[in-house]
Amino acid sequence: MITYPAPPHAPAALLVALLLAAAPALADEVQDASKLLKSGQHQQALERVNKVLAAKPKDAQARFLKGLIFAEQGNTKEATEIFLGLTKDYPDLPEPYNNLAVIYASQGQYDKARGALEQSIRTHPSYATAYENLGDVYAKLASQAYDKALQIDSANPGAKNKLALVRELVGGTSPVKPVAVAAVTTPKEPAKPTVLAAAVPSAEPARPAPEKTAADKPGAKSGSADVIETVNAWAKAWSSKNVEGYLAFYAKDFKTPGGEARADWEKARRQRISAPKSIVVTVEGPKVSLAADGQARVTFRQGYRSDVLKSSTTTKTLVLAKLDGRWLIQQERVGN
Amino acid sequence: MITLRRAWSQLAAAALLIFASAGFAAGPEKALSGVLEAIEVNRLDLAMQRVEALIAAHPNFRLAHLIRGDLLFARGRPLETFGNVPKTVPREKVEDLRAEALSRLRALRDRPNADRVPRYMLQLHSDQKHALVVDSRRSRLYVFENVGGRPQFIADYYVTLGKNGIEKTREGDQKTPIGVYHVTANLPRQKLSDFYGAGAYPINYPNAWDKRLGRNGHGIWLHGTPSDTYSRPPRASDGCIVLANADLEAVGRTVQIGLTPVIIADEIEWTDATALESERKGLAGAFDAWRADWESRDTGKYLTHYAARFNSGEQDLAAWSEHKRKVNGAKSWIKVAVSRLAMLQYPRESFVVVSFDQDYRSSNLSNVMRKRQYWIKEDGRWQILYEGGE
Repeated sequence: MITYPAPPHAPAALLVALLLAAAPALADEVQDASKLLKSGQHQQALERVNKVLAAKPKDAQARFLKGLIFAEQGNTKEATEIFLGLTKDYPDLPEPYNNLAVIYASQGQYDKARGALEQSIRTHPSYATAYENLGDVYAKLASQAYDKALQIDSANPGAKNKLALVRELVGGTSPVKPVAVAAVTTPKEPAKPTVLAAAVPSAEPARPAPEKTAADKPGAKSGSADVIETVNAWAKAWSSKNVEGYLAFYAKDFKTPGGEARADWEKARRQRISAPKSIVVTVEGPKVSLAADGQARVTFRQGYRSDVLKSSTTTKTLVLAKLDGRWLIQQERVGN
Repeated sequence: MITLRRAWSQLAAAALLIFASAGFAAGPEKALSGVLEAIEVNRLDLAMQRVEALIAAHPNFRLAHLIRGDLLFARGRPLETFGNVPKTVPREKVEDLRAEALSRLRALRDRPNADRVPRYMLQLHSDQKHALVVDSRRSRLYVFENVGGRPQFIADYYVTLGKNGIEKTREGDQKTPIGVYHVTANLPRQKLSDFYGAGAYPINYPNAWDKRLGRNGHGIWLHGTPSDTYSRPPRASDGCIVLANADLEAVGRTVQIGLTPVIIADEIEWTDATALESERKGLAGAFDAWRADWESRDTGKYLTHYAARFNSGEQDLAAWSEHKRKVNGAKSWIKVAVSRLAMLQYPRESFVVVSFDQDYRSSNLSNVMRKRQYWIKEDGRWQILYEGGE
């Protein structure tokens, strides 16, 4: 199967700088505005955001929210300007690119949408929403090419999917819990829930480039990065409907969820994976904790979509162990 | 679900073979095979670059748009099939484009070696600068240049033929005729609707042989494509031979009205120059003996050149013999000079169309005419099956 190159492990380390450098004082205002927007009170939300911007005109979170308000009000011109401005001032943030793409796509500018989404993914390689949106944009571009090929107006229903706006500016994995951040960088450190409130990016446009973070240096590849890579590869095999590849991620001593025999479980999995024509599995916000006994526990939000089941999002936990140099799944649980 | 590579693999495999074969003219085939070759080795970005270049060169090349569609689709989702178009689109439309891709690639792969020639053009006459030969199975038109009476390959083009295939027999059967024809006119673009594109060159279907077999219908043309269409599927016309506009223009530059042969075969039979020359010599010898025997006024000997099932369209062998004995007996001398002699093997049939300018002089009558004969080799001997004015 041809899919977009597998996203490398989530650049969670990147988020640390982002979150820790936040300005707590204005965060509350922005959060309130966000709540107002969610409840459909666009005007009140806008007033709140403008108040923040009066004090901090460069504030990324507030500007992002303002762009979102305009987008939801159908004011695409203003929304475009704001998101464009954000991509210039904060070129490493994926969300403004994504939302720009959504607006472009809604205007039928699929080539521009594609460019913006590719930017979004470049800045944040495991950004599931951008992938899904990009898939839709490619489908639409393909449909335009097919129309030219066959001299038809296909009105392809599959390509009419409305692209998803991102509603929160948190580096693409929404919402990232600080536990994850702590776990990835310093697995043994206890969680710091207080950091959550500070989920506002610094007003400083400069952010550490991903390639400079320790986790990305080849020599310093942490065990948790390995685990995330494995989980992404597992999701990819599943998405590819590569049943053998998918099953190969499970350890010999894998505890089947219902306690059934391994053969029965495999048979059921084979059926479930081969039945749909297409499957898309995404991994969002993986949190890894490594245990002393060599086991790793990874929790993430699993997005699943197929032509049979429209879509679902669940929280999944995998317990993996390293056997012969490979991380293999020993347990798989749905829910927290 | 299948992969893009698998979806296009039959074509891509054909594309790979092409690069192993030597020297071919530039054209969309080369670019197309370059695209499929990139798909075969899974270099999809390269394939995309190449297909976009192809579209830039030929903006209405539907097949290229289909491939581009698949390449785009495959970036986001698994491809279900070649030409991953919505289910609501009739599958035949996609299959048509697939057939076109196969035709184009196979024509490139199976391009004849320089030492191979179709067995049809035994001899071209001095004024015939070119000859066109259509291979229906390959959806291909080959252009040959007349070099000292012998054909020399210069170019080939993808063509669209009749919806219902070949061997036209009836009006409206939407088939392309098989046979030896020639271009009878040049209809410029200005006189035609957009449907015919860059212009049209009618051919003389039904010819004498077709009429003898009772075949009917008319209006078989070589013509171009509408302005929004680079090329049409391999089987799509009402019997006409359709070329891309640029190709029609290129072919048009080689066409001489009333002269250029258009030989339409189901599948071209290729031979080598030596075998062709040996066949030509045999027939040329028989032809010259016929001419000499006519001049000798030995009507019995002259008539040995005519086949038992000879028919001129008006006379069978008995009537023809009676007439010739009467006419020739009254003459004290006959001179027959022949020039511009062409000999074209009829596809699917065992006879050769021989046409020539005949300068006939005799003691009581002289005339100059263009004559056509069908010569057939029966019992190891060349004989005349048909004879008439052109």
